[in-house]
Amino acid sequence: MTPELMEEGTRRREAYARRQAEIAARSGDRSAAYGRVLRAGVPDFAHGVALYLDDVTVSFDGFKALNALSLAIDVGELRCIIGPNGAGKTTMMDCITGKTRPDTGKLSFGSNIDLLRLAEADIAQIGIGRKFQKPTVYERLSVFENLELALAADRRVRASLFSRLTGEQLDRIGAVLTRIHLKDEAQRTAGLLSHGQKQWLEIGMLLMQNPKLLLLDEPVAGMTDEETERTAELFLSLQGEHSLVVVEHDMKFVGQLTEGHRKVTVLHEGRVLAEGTLDEVQANQQVVEVYLGR
Amino acid sequence: MSTALFTLRQWIGVLAALIVVGVGLPVLNLVAPEGSLLHVPDFYVSLIGKILCYAICALAIDLIWGYAGILSLGHGLFFALGGYGMGMYLMRQIGREGQYRSDLPDFMVFLNWKAFPWHWAWSDSFIAQMLLVVGVPGLLAFVFGYFAFRSRIKGVYFSIITQALTFAAMLLFFRNETGFGGNNGFTDFKRILGIPITTPQMRVALAVISGLTLIGLFVMARAIVASKFGRVLQAIRDAESRVMFTGYDPIAYKLAIWTLSAVMCALAGALYVPQVGIINPGEMSPAASIEMAIWAAVGGRGTLVGPIVGAFFVNGAKSFFTAAFPEFWLYFLGAMFIAVTLFLPNGLIGLLRKKTP
Repeated sequence: MTPELMEEGTRRREAYARRQAEIAARSGDRSAAYGRVLRAGVPDFAHGVALYLDDVTVSFDGFKALNALSLAIDVGELRCIIGPNGAGKTTMMDCITGKTRPDTGKLSFGSNIDLLRLAEADIAQIGIGRKFQKPTVYERLSVFENLELALAADRRVRASLFSRLTGEQLDRIGAVLTRIHLKDEAQRTAGLLSHGQKQWLEIGMLLMQNPKLLLLDEPVAGMTDEETERTAELFLSLQGEHSLVVVEHDMKFVGQLTEGHRKVTVLHEGRVLAEGTLDEVQANQQVVEVYLGR
Repeated sequence: MSTALFTLRQWIGVLAALIVVGVGLPVLNLVAPEGSLLHVPDFYVSLIGKILCYAICALAIDLIWGYAGILSLGHGLFFALGGYGMGMYLMRQIGREGQYRSDLPDFMVFLNWKAFPWHWAWSDSFIAQMLLVVGVPGLLAFVFGYFAFRSRIKGVYFSIITQALTFAAMLLFFRNETGFGGNNGFTDFKRILGIPITTPQMRVALAVISGLTLIGLFVMARAIVASKFGRVLQAIRDAESRVMFTGYDPIAYKLAIWTLSAVMCALAGALYVPQVGIINPGEMSPAASIEMAIWAAVGGRGTLVGPIVGAFFVNGAKSFFTAAFPEFWLYFLGAMFIAVTLFLPNGLIGLLRKKTP
């Protein structure tokens, strides 16, 4: 082998690497010629929609909790959903997370994952996190341990028997602790936290899972004004990174979240009654009737 | 970490106590001469040996009840199955020394059977029979647990079903046709591994083996609850739906600890039978299973040490009361349970522990 040949080889290799890098930079990790690779269990967000509900109906003993509900949440969107009691807000979340099976309709996550085929734990694994109405944390474990269990990791029994936290994972727990303002309470038993702190802890547990979509059912119920405000700040910092669906009664909080321009959906009797900015929705005659009429 | 069970010193203390009771006391029976202050009478050796087996059961109950929040009122079934597994082997060891001088156990001759039924096929091999001792209760627990947990049967409903299961098994074992000696069960054991079973040396050896088994299982249980697996179990106990929506499959976790707990009980049963010299369907009675839960509750759930203390305390008291005031024992047991529920929600061990903030 001559030096010239070796130099030529190096040149060609570098040129090839440059070309590959260009291709990768041009179109994400895909090139137009080869189409997109859909991997099982990885949602495809190329169309910009994170969650589709199409014509979903759920009835309990003849009562239609959801009545041909259709809804689409964009990637990175923060959507507030309001509606009077019994409008179907919680049933909708139950359907998305697999707790309730709809009678008819389609539910998909990204464009490729059919949520109706998955069990609760699987739905959580592919990136949909849910916060319950009532704060549910592991009362007798410490705040730190609560977050540790939520950490994205192998969920199988054998893996959990021998699992050790890596430095990176510790950093991640630390980062979330800071974000939910519980850094100083890390070693406290979760059952001893205040109501608002428990709500935050639960949100922190959701964040640990690195979900693509967060479903939050009345996240500020029972919080003080100051806590509510800090929660709004937290959610606003999350949008863009995650898609968020917030179900809430507190109009002041909804106002803080939408900042005047984000979309609000009003549910009533299991279907979408109105959609638009908070001002538009509040001016809608039908919405006023539903909330104040009767 | 807040849930760290013991400090190093407590840990050493507990192990030391277990070794003294589980190994030291029985050995003193042989080593120290009779009449000496250190001599442990034979009666106490058998009592300690028995209670060590009970303590294993209490530990098994604590793993599922204290940590995973699943109350079983049917662990007596697994205990008895382990006992029957050992009993079958011990019956074969009698050989031709039974009343009828036959190869078959006396109860089979009495029923006019000519050959061993199919499920006695392995009973003359110690190793095969020990595999059955672990395997049969383990498999039963696995299958039962799989269907119960998959159907999301929880709380008191689960407890009632376990109770019904052990009761049904008791009725089955009462029948002579089942091939387990009917209501008399197995007794009159002569040898184990060819060694006479009624000698003082064997009595001490069996008690020591029980003690060592308890220590081994205790160390294992402690490792389990200190692992992430143990924390997932506690999470299931506190908020199962949250565990599910975090992406864990609670069925797999519950099934794993449930089966392990059943196998622990079966081991205890297998150690118990050669020491007391009898096994009959009475061990499957609902009351026997409920008593196991009482040991755990009296000692203190979710502490591992508590249930062991509880097993010693309740059975020690039982041994004393049934001798001193036989007619009052059940009243005392009831009163003790009420007192613990009202005044010591954390059990006896809660008395020692300082309240954690």
